[in-house]
Amino acid sequence: MKSLIERVSTKYNLQEVVQQRDNLVFAYVDKELAIDMVTYMRDYEGYAHFTLMSCVDWIEDGKFQLLYLLNNPETKTEFGIKVAIDRDNAVMQSAHHLWEQIWTYQRELKEAFGIDFPGSPRVDEDFVVEGWDDMPHMRRDFDTNKYAEETYFMREGRKSYDPATYMREKLYPKQPVTAKKNKDEQ
Amino acid sequence: MTIYAQLGYTFLGLFLVLNWGMLMSATFRKIVARVAGRHGIPIYQPWIDLVKNAGVRTTLSHGTMFYLGPVFRLTGAVGMFLFMPALVGIGNEHWLNFSFQGDIILILYFQLFGMLGMALGAGEGGQPHSAIGIGRGLAQHAAVELPLTLGILSLAIQYQTLSLVDIANAQQGGILNWTLFTNPVASAAIMLAALGAFGHSPFNLVKAPNEIPIGPPTEYHGSYLGILMSSGAIIHVMEAALFMNLVFGGATSWIEFIIKTFLIYFYSIFVGVVFPRFRIEQSVVWFFKLPLVLGIIAILIYSF
Amino acid sequence: MNELLKKAEANASTKEEKSFVRPEDEEREVIAPDGSIIKVNPIYDYFSGEKPSVEKPNKGVVEKFLNWARAESIWVLGFGTGCGSIEIPPLMTPRFDAFRFGVQMRPTPRQSNAFIISGYLSVKTLKRVIRSYEQMPSPKYVIALGSCTINGGMYYDSYSTINRLDKYMPVDVYIAGCMPRPEALLAGFVKLKEIIKSGKGEGANLYAENFDEYKANQKKVIKDWNMPDYNW
Repeated sequence: MKSLIERVSTKYNLQEVVQQRDNLVFAYVDKELAIDMVTYMRDYEGYAHFTLMSCVDWIEDGKFQLLYLLNNPETKTEFGIKVAIDRDNAVMQSAHHLWEQIWTYQRELKEAFGIDFPGSPRVDEDFVVEGWDDMPHMRRDFDTNKYAEETYFMREGRKSYDPATYMREKLYPKQPVTAKKNKDEQ
Repeated sequence: MTIYAQLGYTFLGLFLVLNWGMLMSATFRKIVARVAGRHGIPIYQPWIDLVKNAGVRTTLSHGTMFYLGPVFRLTGAVGMFLFMPALVGIGNEHWLNFSFQGDIILILYFQLFGMLGMALGAGEGGQPHSAIGIGRGLAQHAAVELPLTLGILSLAIQYQTLSLVDIANAQQGGILNWTLFTNPVASAAIMLAALGAFGHSPFNLVKAPNEIPIGPPTEYHGSYLGILMSSGAIIHVMEAALFMNLVFGGATSWIEFIIKTFLIYFYSIFVGVVFPRFRIEQSVVWFFKLPLVLGIIAILIYSF
Repeated sequence: MNELLKKAEANASTKEEKSFVRPEDEEREVIAPDGSIIKVNPIYDYFSGEKPSVEKPNKGVVEKFLNWARAESIWVLGFGTGCGSIEIPPLMTPRFDAFRFGVQMRPTPRQSNAFIISGYLSVKTLKRVIRSYEQMPSPKYVIALGSCTINGGMYYDSYSTINRLDKYMPVDVYIAGCMPRPEALLAGFVKLKEIIKSGKGEGANLYAENFDEYKANQKKVIKDWNMPDYNW
């Protein structure tokens, strides 16, 4: 694993390499080199199995972080390739030519985060939420509570209770709350 | 006997057979429930379902054939009853219905008649699941008909008649006179084909509710479904009565009729409880193996 | 590479407003074999565009008898909409045995008269639920299972699930809980029977009377409306 990291990091200028476990490594790579590196890992390093592709919204940094998680079935190791892309201009090179299932992930990311993958098949079609016309719903600046209040009909009189205190009041109404608490702590 | 008296007896018999068929299907579900450790439906559930279906307010139509599908099905069921003797033997001449020389041919035709009518009606419904169900049903029916017809032809050669009354009468006078013992090979072919004719598991792919398409009746609702249910009840009894007359010596009283049809019906139920459902290509191949070979042997025995 | 990206962006900015009607269902003109031009609108050519009408119940003893039969023979549409549908299979097992109450499952909406909305209802499923509900013949009853159908439950602030089912279709019985046990569902069936027997289970007629209101609410959340207004 170590030799692999050394070999790859000089080649692709990896940053923030984190070895999570013996068989799991995460590393950032530049946006332009990412697909190149995924191809290299697949063709030359034996990471032939594509596990998943996901996205994290780092709204504070103005970045989306894409993750390509690759698996090497022979050495039983995983390599997570992270890419930071600009949040305002969220376009990424498509990787659907490497593994066919990637275009489904990309379609999902297009719908949930608004990240565009030009050239990816059916990327503009609805994936899970049909007929969505608002801001992509997994972006963190999308206020889901406000949207739900505006779109759906809230029922009056909805209350939330803390389950522990509520049950205590219901089950042992005469017992003072403090005494009960002490008993719990013992 | 006047034609009016004959009609009266026939309608009375039809009424008895309809109710007996519904009671039989309720009993079947009750027994399956008890085997599973459940209480199961109330025994009068089929009648309630019938009333409820008649009370459905919305009735949609897809055209004339859609109306006629259930009617054809009912015609097939009633036709099977009309041309089959309910009871045979001395003193039961008024229960012979309208059976005549050569009625077996007509009854075999009526078996298919309701199915074809349903195919036309359900086809007009436009539901793709119906079309799948019809395709499966007709394919399976063709496979069932072959051993069944061969077995029946063997009986026809054996008894030198195509009349169901004569065949049933020839078996009177003791269990050993039944076709089951006088022509066991043909009986085996017929009774194996009977499993398919009843359409219970393992041969119920066509209309099992838990298959993705419920089959031809997918689009039928309300009164249409009520007609289908009542004709289904009649058909179950009449299929059992057909095999009773062919193989098990017919019936000389209604008590005997009820016991024998019940046992024949439950023979198919018990097989169904034991064996899981066949896919359509498996069931067709199954009928083309053992039952068909038995049917051919039964024919060959009496050909020389 | 950059040129490609720019092209894609240009495409994205000039993209027209999304149409949700499938291309084969769009209103258009076609040329017949004899050369004449025919206007087609498949959604209304293939399906009936008629609105539902109120179907008045019979009077007196007849309706009472029919209502008794309807109450004793509840055919439930086998359509699980949310997590609550996992509570329905145990209903048919020896422990709960809903068959005792005349409850049976039917695989097609045409033959069923009760619809269990089991748990949360996403907008995507709501569209299918409406289609299935409208295909059921009247009289029909809706059982809303779980808190999510009452006020949204734990998904009250979700962008994709509705909060109040009764804004979209008439509901006869609510069963509260997250999740309600099968016993609660059985109690709901008994309650539904009481409602039907007392002649109050007229949800289908309520739907027909307030059709425009229900349709407006439905169209507010289902933005890709590409079916006829009433699915016969």
